[in-house]
Amino acid sequence: MQLARVIGDIVTTHKDPGYAGVSLLLIQPITSAGEPVGRALVAADAVGAGVGETVFFVRGKEASFPFAPVEVAADAGIVGIVDHWTVG
Amino acid sequence: MILAKVVGTVVATRKDPRLVSSKLLIVRAMDPHGNVDGNYLVAVDTVDAGFGETVLIVSGSSARMASGLKDCPVDAAIVGIVDAIDLNE
Repeated sequence: MQLARVIGDIVTTHKDPGYAGVSLLLIQPITSAGEPVGRALVAADAVGAGVGETVFFVRGKEASFPFAPVEVAADAGIVGIVDHWTVG
Repeated sequence: MILAKVVGTVVATRKDPRLVSSKLLIVRAMDPHGNVDGNYLVAVDTVDAGFGETVLIVSGSSARMASGLKDCPVDAAIVGIVDAIDLNE
């Protein structure tokens, strides 16, 4: 899993039927210091996160597991909202 | 998933039988600000996207979960056409 900040949301009308009712959020991966790192990506939201929150997300097919038995074609999914974190 | 812009099409006569009747498009990754500056990818289109549209690309084994792609040899699929990006950094 990786830390990220939710920076926006995506509006799609025409999409794969598996995405019905799934919210798609734009997330920016961050370092442990909270600095942006890498390119922003779109993730399926399984926990009801909102813009501005810090979350952690999974990559790969595991991103679709929270929505089982519906097969959501997701390769990135938000699986937790971070309340606070400490390093070292 | 990544945001991308449709920049071209691919025509292939000889291909895996499970790709017959799949529409292949060339897409280029873009950032949320609209800068199209990423890698080029060939993706199977499952939502009838068109040239110039902003689309959502799913990569890796998850691409096979898109409708109609079960057990197909694909690692990138277009699964949505983006109407709007509501950016709030």
